[in-house]
Amino acid sequence: MYDFAYHKPASVADAVKLLGADGEAKPLAGGQTLIPTLKQRLARPTAVVDLGAIKDLAGISVAGGKVTIGAMTKHADVAASADVKKALPALAALAGGIGDPAVRHRGTIGGSIANNDPAADYPAACLALGATIKTNKREIAADDFFRGMFETALDAGELIVSVSFPVAEKAAYMKFDQPASRYALVGVFVAKTAGGVRVAVTGAAASVFRWKEAEAALSKSFAAASLDGVKASASGLNSDIHGSAEYRAHLIGVMAKRAVAAA
Amino acid sequence: MPKVSLTVNGRTVSAEVEGRTLLVQLLREKLGLTGTHVGCDTSQCGACVVHIDGKSVKSCTVLAVATDGANVTTIEGLANGNELHPMQAAFKEHHGLQCGFCTPGMVMSAVDLAKRNSNPSEHEVREWLEGNICRCTGYHNIVKAVQAGAKAMAGAKAAAD
Ligand SMILES: Cc1cc2nc3c(=O)[nH]c(=O)nc-3n(C[C@H](O)[C@H](O)[C@H](O)COP(=O)(O)OP(=O)(O)OC[C@H]3O[C@@H](n4cnc5c(N)ncnc54)[C@H](O)[C@@H]3O)c2cc1C
Ligand code: FES
Ligand code: FES
Repeated sequence: MYDFAYHKPASVADAVKLLGADGEAKPLAGGQTLIPTLKQRLARPTAVVDLGAIKDLAGISVAGGKVTIGAMTKHADVAASADVKKALPALAALAGGIGDPAVRHRGTIGGSIANNDPAADYPAACLALGATIKTNKREIAADDFFRGMFETALDAGELIVSVSFPVAEKAAYMKFDQPASRYALVGVFVAKTAGGVRVAVTGAAASVFRWKEAEAALSKSFAAASLDGVKASASGLNSDIHGSAEYRAHLIGVMAKRAVAAA
Repeated sequence: MPKVSLTVNGRTVSAEVEGRTLLVQLLREKLGLTGTHVGCDTSQCGACVVHIDGKSVKSCTVLAVATDGANVTTIEGLANGNELHPMQAAFKEHHGLQCGFCTPGMVMSAVDLAKRNSNPSEHEVREWLEGNICRCTGYHNIVKAVQAGAKAMAGAKAAAD
């Protein structure tokens, strides 16, 4: 790992200032992705801006039919939150299935979403629930946020402050773990929301995406049987030593049905 | 170089570190606490697990400077003089180790679990240890040791109360 300057600002404004002053500086949240990346020298920031001392970035609130989670809230805290378990149990369960306990004690929702790993779990929840990502300067709908492999709508130096999830009528997430990494080989989040049925798929392609055919079928009747005969296309899906594109396409159907049954 | 002050196993320590110095490097190289191991250095094996403010974390994936003011416990902080901690004693009793390389991380993870759940099922133990890899034992005796250790910890706590 190359060395870097280290800053630990106490406010979002100070963090934004530090990032704005140095285009090669990077924010640090839980470090569960950034530190391994630095070790592999895949990134070489001049400075690291640790968000860990900014009090108002962590915390969970439920109000007005929305669950709002601060960017620095750890996966373990979302998983254990009585409020999240009550309002959106699928989201608490998703957080509790990320990685392992040590990763969940450090990793944060903001870091996961900003990173947009093609196999990460939170992006599926954001897209299926129609979340809103709040930054230091604007609000971005999940539909506009996840742009491609490790790519988001965030500008350079823009910080995620919180994520708001509308409470769903029914929701569930089913993930087929890649057993070595515990990331999703395929994960499917289904949600019956006020705005209709939404189905988001992670792990299968370059970035999380909505499976529109399944949404149409489930809109007629929200039951696993509605997905009989609805097949995800393998075209454009990931193929690697863990599974071919055809296998992933098949898993999408299986995980979607399981999620509907569990919702 | 940034300076960091923290509590390690009940002792206040200060050190000058680089921004990039990892917590595990501070522990092993500056403080001589070599009980915490580095197995993979890619955040996957759990040999480096320590507690920060009571929670298990991978010390190879935490910057030392970020732990300023924190309370860190390593494997060296568990035993009471020559008397093994109940979880250490359970690993010995149930043959929960062979080469011992993964053991410090296993024990630290197990102690964190036992504090939350004094009677974990086999499934709960296996799920909790997902981030701790052992290349020797096949895990079977580790699971037995953790279950016994958790009960012994609860018993020791009840006796103390
Ligand atoms: C062994 C292991 C297993 C894992 N398994 C899973 C899994 O099963 N599922 C899963 O989804 N993830 C998994 N992860 C990833 C984990 O969830 C990470 O915690 C997460 O992806 C990144 O969050 P972080 O807080 O650690 O962010 P960091 O690593 O600190 O940062 C990640 C990136 O986001 C940027 N960033 C951080 N916070 C902000 C912010 N507020 N605003 C703007 N940019 C920001 C950083 O600059 C960096 O580029 C795993 C990680 C490990 C090490
Ligand atoms: S050395 Fe830290 S997880 Fe392997
Ligand atoms: S005892 Fe050898 S790695 Fe676990």
